[in-house]
Amino acid sequence: MTGWSQALGAHPGAAAGAAETVSGNRGLQIEEKLLFEQDSPGHCGVDLPEPAGLAPRLGGTERKGPIGLPGLSEPQIVRHFTRLSQKNYAIDSGIYPLGSCTMKHNPRLNEKLARLPGFADLHPLQPPATVAGALELVDTLAHWLKTLTGMPAMALSPAAGAHGELCGMMTIRAALTARGDPRRRILVPESAHGTNPATAATCGYAIDNIPNNARGRVDLAALKAELGGDVAALMLTNPNTCGLFEDEILDIAAAVHSAGAFFYCDGANFNAIVGRVRPGDLGIDALHLNLHKTFSTPHGGGGPGSGPVALAAELAPFAPLPWLVHDHGGLRLVEHRDGEAAQSIGRLKGFHGQIGMFVRALAYMMSHGADGLKQAAEDAVLNANYLRVRLEGALSLSYPGPCMHEVLFDDRFLKDTGATTLDFAKALIDEGFHPMTMYFPLIVHGALLIEPTESESKASLDQFADTVLALAARARGGDATSFHAAPRLAPRRRLDETTAARKPVLRWRPEPAQREAAE
Amino acid sequence: MRYLPLTARDRGDMLAAIGVPSIDALFADVPAAARRDGLVDLPRAMGELEVERRIAAMAAKNTAAGSVPFFLGGGAYRHHVPAAVDHLIQRGEFLTSYTPYQPEVAQGTLQALFEFQTQVALLTGMEVANASLYDGATACAEAVAMARRVTRRDRAILSGGLHPHYREVCQTYGGFAGTGPVLMPPVPGGGEDLARLIDRDTACVVVQNPDFFGGLHDYSALADSCHAAGALLVVIVAEVVSLGLVKPPGEMGADIVAAEGQSFGNALNFGGPHLGLFATRDRYVRQMPGRLAGQTADADGRRGWVLTLSTREQHIRREKATSNICTNSGLCALAFTIHLALLGEAGLTRLARLNHEAAIKTADRLAAVPGVTVLTGSFFNEFTVQLPRAAGPVVDKLAARGVLAGIPLSRLYPGEAGLADLLLVAATETVTDDDIDRLAAGLTEGLR
Repeated sequence: MTGWSQALGAHPGAAAGAAETVSGNRGLQIEEKLLFEQDSPGHCGVDLPEPAGLAPRLGGTERKGPIGLPGLSEPQIVRHFTRLSQKNYAIDSGIYPLGSCTMKHNPRLNEKLARLPGFADLHPLQPPATVAGALELVDTLAHWLKTLTGMPAMALSPAAGAHGELCGMMTIRAALTARGDPRRRILVPESAHGTNPATAATCGYAIDNIPNNARGRVDLAALKAELGGDVAALMLTNPNTCGLFEDEILDIAAAVHSAGAFFYCDGANFNAIVGRVRPGDLGIDALHLNLHKTFSTPHGGGGPGSGPVALAAELAPFAPLPWLVHDHGGLRLVEHRDGEAAQSIGRLKGFHGQIGMFVRALAYMMSHGADGLKQAAEDAVLNANYLRVRLEGALSLSYPGPCMHEVLFDDRFLKDTGATTLDFAKALIDEGFHPMTMYFPLIVHGALLIEPTESESKASLDQFADTVLALAARARGGDATSFHAAPRLAPRRRLDETTAARKPVLRWRPEPAQREAAE
Repeated sequence: MRYLPLTARDRGDMLAAIGVPSIDALFADVPAAARRDGLVDLPRAMGELEVERRIAAMAAKNTAAGSVPFFLGGGAYRHHVPAAVDHLIQRGEFLTSYTPYQPEVAQGTLQALFEFQTQVALLTGMEVANASLYDGATACAEAVAMARRVTRRDRAILSGGLHPHYREVCQTYGGFAGTGPVLMPPVPGGGEDLARLIDRDTACVVVQNPDFFGGLHDYSALADSCHAAGALLVVIVAEVVSLGLVKPPGEMGADIVAAEGQSFGNALNFGGPHLGLFATRDRYVRQMPGRLAGQTADADGRRGWVLTLSTREQHIRREKATSNICTNSGLCALAFTIHLALLGEAGLTRLARLNHEAAIKTADRLAAVPGVTVLTGSFFNEFTVQLPRAAGPVVDKLAARGVLAGIPLSRLYPGEAGLADLLLVAATETVTDDDIDRLAAGLTEGLR
């Protein structure tokens, strides 16, 4: 818990790998202590006026002891977080080929517009007459999304993709309950994102897995065998997590519907088909979109996301609150479960949704237009296939033939080399690239899932491909040791995740000596 | 299209390298019946200037909070955010990085999350905090779900002083698991007796401090009652600036604290994105939802950070995970951490006092308006007043005159006739004496 030496480089293992410097810094890589280790008590980075000294009215609930927050000035804070930022890889600095994550360019126009006071400085419970433009923006976004999905209703409040899944599955359960036909099973393909079964379980369902066929798609016969009167829905990702379009999707939809079940689609990979294929034409009843994937709202190191859900007419009455309806030529916000929204599942989050992300996504869509969105999907697919043909001779392609926006390899090419998928990924870090997604999907061994997105130039793809090919040759050449040692040039070498989980240290605590001094 | 680097020539060369005649060949797996020719019926690509013009025109139709005297709270608070915060979170290395699954090249995000977790634990007086959830309302629902896992009991008792949206989200989540929560009626004046409701099936009691109507409480006795019955106490904090002045939930005996963190570093954003805070006791850490950053060492023995205890999470545990949550509110959490780092102990204490004093001044001024009664005796920066008539139309009238007076409770409790004349008023450090004058004058005239 405590006792971490701050004398950088003084650790017995330090001499082994990293370049030795007096400071522990390495060029532009500056070692940075925690905020709490830089405390200058009483200091403050914000100048605030002196309180007037009014008698408090806290009813005896005053805080007695100190909080324990460190005091630093503004330049110290700016430097601290600038240094931290320099330890991160980012799409701004290079290709980020994480399959299933869609790391594409984040236009700065979108950031600028989301910060307009007319959006950022609005309270969600202001009188509706004072937020007409914000409601117009939400309605415009909904119109674009409905047009692109070919589905009649959008539930906009979900805060992220997994939250959108929750919304879709709750809506399905509510619709089944309303028709007096409660069902208890959800079918999920083995290649699904982990959120799918987790979401279904959160909604109180039992989960059954459907195997994939030899072509990386859902095994239609196996699906039909599992379908029955107790199946509430199928949750399917399309294009799927192997980067393949489910070419039997119309038959899948028909089978699901004829069993009286709903067809939920995980739209995480909508970016591959936006502008070319409308999910509504595929028989899908509910589909969540990740605005941070297809519509490029920034990932921000892990959120915030936004996960609107497109709903078929049969599910729309159950959509979560709030609703935005057209009324007497204007827009009306429906915030309570009555009137037209009497069957709504209720509220899924506080207030109205991720409005700041809506502004960014709409700016992205308007910038591209119908033509640019289609072109972006085509370029994403083209880039992935280009990498496929450049790499398939040296890596092991899991499923032959064209892919969509991402290409899946497995670790057969590393057989007998002594290097694993993990080693290969870490070696890419030393070469200046963020690794591809590793070990997902689970249906192939040692998966390497590569999604370049439309944001990469041909030169960037070639540089990446050349590096991957050279590394594959090095692995085959028997140089396993260098792979095991990677990364050597990143801000940190491989981190001990086992100890982190076995003896969790999840926050800073003062050194005992410091604590005594403070007392 | 300015965001697409491929040229027409690149596309031709790449198709040739792939060995297909056209892009359509790569979409051959799409069933013929679902293929579409041409473009969807939406506008064509626009330049930056044109997009900015159209979206800014929508923004211009709204009344920005900062352009008028502004007194709304109710779970979203307008605070001054130092310029450095928004500058730092827009550094591309933070803004455009992914979840830190490759820790060697994500130490910046991970260290900031570790600092965030420490700040949240310190503020709430708890032992451990996660790396954030979506918002306060969903954090509250996750707290209830966790209490049910920990106690293996079903019943959650929700105070009438809990934010109505938080109650509704708990109802939505709870309706799909177990019997759903027990909802106490709203009592703006306080005086709720929750201890008598605790029974052997009670998983948790959920209370808020300050409560939704602004009132402050010490829940220590309630914590004792919960623990005596084997139930957990969940304390919600919707205005985290209050923790600069008010006894933290951890000192009152809370087992789980769920909070809305928007007040530090984040704009109102018309309600989102915001960020949920979630803190608990060490002994429950393996039942926590959401991401956790943890300390470890690298192959050279140097201190570093990783995401840890992921065997709780959906990408490992699938249907057996503690929650289906995947994303956190990373960038919002970073803004929180930078703002709170700038404030530090001294700044936060002073900021909290300035908020409290602004509310005292506002309450005293409104109490002097004929017909207005301040109902909340002890409060932080928000309180409830009773008007001599329905508050909704009064608020609309003042809004038309350029004063955003507060939240009429009828907006949140439309079925509760007894609350129709109540107005929830918040005053933060951003409120000036002139704003208070204009609110009081507006109300005096509006009630005439």
